[in-house]
Amino acid sequence: MPNAPVSAKSSPGATGGSANQWEQVAAMEEFKQLLKAKTRFIVPATIFFIVYYFLLPWSVGYHPQFMDKRVWGPVNIAYLFALSQFFVSWIIAWLYVRAARHFDEAAARILARLKGGK
Amino acid sequence: MNITLVLFLIFIAITLGITYWAARRSQTAGAYFAANRRITAWQNGWAVAGDYMSAASFLGIAGLIAFNGYDGFMYSVGWLVAYLTVLLIVAEPLRNAGKYTMADVLAYRLSPRPVRAAAAFSTLTVSTFYMIAQMVGAGALVALLLKDSHISFHWAVVGVGVLMIVYVVFGGMLATTWVQIIKAILLMGGTILLSILVMAHFGWSFGNFFNAVTHVSYHDPKGAVVVKDFLQPGGMYKPPYGALDLISLGIALIFGTAGLPHILVRFYTVPDAKTARHSVVWAMILIGSFYIMTTFLGFGAAVVVGRDFITKNGGINMSGPQLANSLGGAFFFAFICAIAFATILAVVAGLTISASTSFAHDFWTNVVHKGTERSPGEEVRVARITAFVVGAVAILIAEFLGPAANVAFLVALTFAVAASANLPVIVFSIFWKRFNTAGAVWGLIVGLVSSIVLIIIGPNLMGPQANAFIHAPKAWFPLQNPGIVSVPIGFLGAWLGTLLGKREPEAESKFTELEVRANIGLGAEQATAAGGD
Repeated sequence: MPNAPVSAKSSPGATGGSANQWEQVAAMEEFKQLLKAKTRFIVPATIFFIVYYFLLPWSVGYHPQFMDKRVWGPVNIAYLFALSQFFVSWIIAWLYVRAARHFDEAAARILARLKGGK
Repeated sequence: MNITLVLFLIFIAITLGITYWAARRSQTAGAYFAANRRITAWQNGWAVAGDYMSAASFLGIAGLIAFNGYDGFMYSVGWLVAYLTVLLIVAEPLRNAGKYTMADVLAYRLSPRPVRAAAAFSTLTVSTFYMIAQMVGAGALVALLLKDSHISFHWAVVGVGVLMIVYVVFGGMLATTWVQIIKAILLMGGTILLSILVMAHFGWSFGNFFNAVTHVSYHDPKGAVVVKDFLQPGGMYKPPYGALDLISLGIALIFGTAGLPHILVRFYTVPDAKTARHSVVWAMILIGSFYIMTTFLGFGAAVVVGRDFITKNGGINMSGPQLANSLGGAFFFAFICAIAFATILAVVAGLTISASTSFAHDFWTNVVHKGTERSPGEEVRVARITAFVVGAVAILIAEFLGPAANVAFLVALTFAVAASANLPVIVFSIFWKRFNTAGAVWGLIVGLVSSIVLIIIGPNLMGPQANAFIHAPKAWFPLQNPGIVSVPIGFLGAWLGTLLGKREPEAESKFTELEVRANIGLGAEQATAAGGD
């Protein structure tokens, strides 16, 4: 390719980051641990919410009789299942925010070590 | 004078005041495009919710539920769950790696010019189509709401267009953000009030409410009385393709939201990735509560007002306002109508700024001028001119289409393009080391073309109906939502393009840099001082 990526280079508003710093961070054991910890949360959470979500249109579309079963007065499974999607999404978001606190701490430690020149 | 008009004029006066205030702080590029990155988590959460809860969802979903029952609620669910994709996968890396636009992240390790050109094209397509849908809707709505005040469809479209141009050209991202926040607060307030009135009508008893929902009666087109259980699924999505269309809609929503340019740019307005994350959570709380309440509005309108009355008084999209009228009287009706109009105005302003930012930053500065401004402030100047042009073009097209135009497909198209063209290349560029320029360009083009083609040959635009774009006995593609086919095609295009294209050692070596930057924020754009300059 004739034109090398030139955009998104550190601009005046950026927090630095030079060529050897990227490599330095990438080589840190703590950074590798951070990536692993993030993957351990994000991959299962994503798979879970996608499966849980698509269960709804699938069951409503292909098993309407079952979904129309009344379980709470006039209220059927279809409505409760749809409603549960909201609460499940909120719970996943809350769990992620909780887990991300540790990610932030790890990131701050890595940045501090970099500044300390170690 | 018409009460709706008065309330709406108050909204205009307040938002123009904000625009005047914001204009004095929006001189630099960082200020104009990203509000100095000083928007807080809750402010951005409200703004994201405001950008997202368009008139299509406020008026449209309430109407779908009021007319079809349970199936309309399916839209609401997808619209919230989609934010988990934004939260878990896109928001933080985007904030850390980019500057002003979606393409910043794509161009980070790839050849910037072809990638940015393709991304700008996709952004402009999505934004313009979505904007036209909103403008035609706005014009029709205003003509209906203000029919006593003799404001026609044409003047309503011009009014919306001019206001949106003023917000964006003068106030930039800061004004647009505050217009969204105010509108979102009004919209939430109106929806909560309306839901409370519905529950009060049923003696604060969910039992009474749901019992009534199981016996909704109306007249079918032949004049016979129909009594239907509105909790029963299957009102809209019928065999043979209903189930597939429902899943396809879900795919477009879940993967499309995280590729909507006007939502993505919001994450550049906050100071760091952590704030971006918290703003998504704020948005999820607001959006979720709002969409749960759409069932009270929709079912409420079906039971309290009735489908017959709504059909004769404004049609399906007026279900929410008509519910307000019968529960809260003329003033409340006017209030809800003014909110609906404010909603449209705010959403088109958000679309305009994302389109003009992409044109100025991606196309003008980085494609045409290879990454450098020729003179200070050029990028902002170009964006202002673009906002003006985009607004003018949207006004002209909306005027040309007229109030009766079939524009619902444009919303489906927006989400399909975002899911099929934008999301695959965003995900691959963040997570796949081998990904290269050919893959990004092919992914964007193939995703864009396949969604547009499938919509054109789908039942929205092709068929025996009178307002069909292509008259045919039957649509070639049976689904209204192309997502189930076009999203895999988009991913496949990006993947094949990568494998068939030349390997790019530079892009692969920059992957480490992107990974570090995206995950710990080293090198990320920082907030600038208050005032901007």
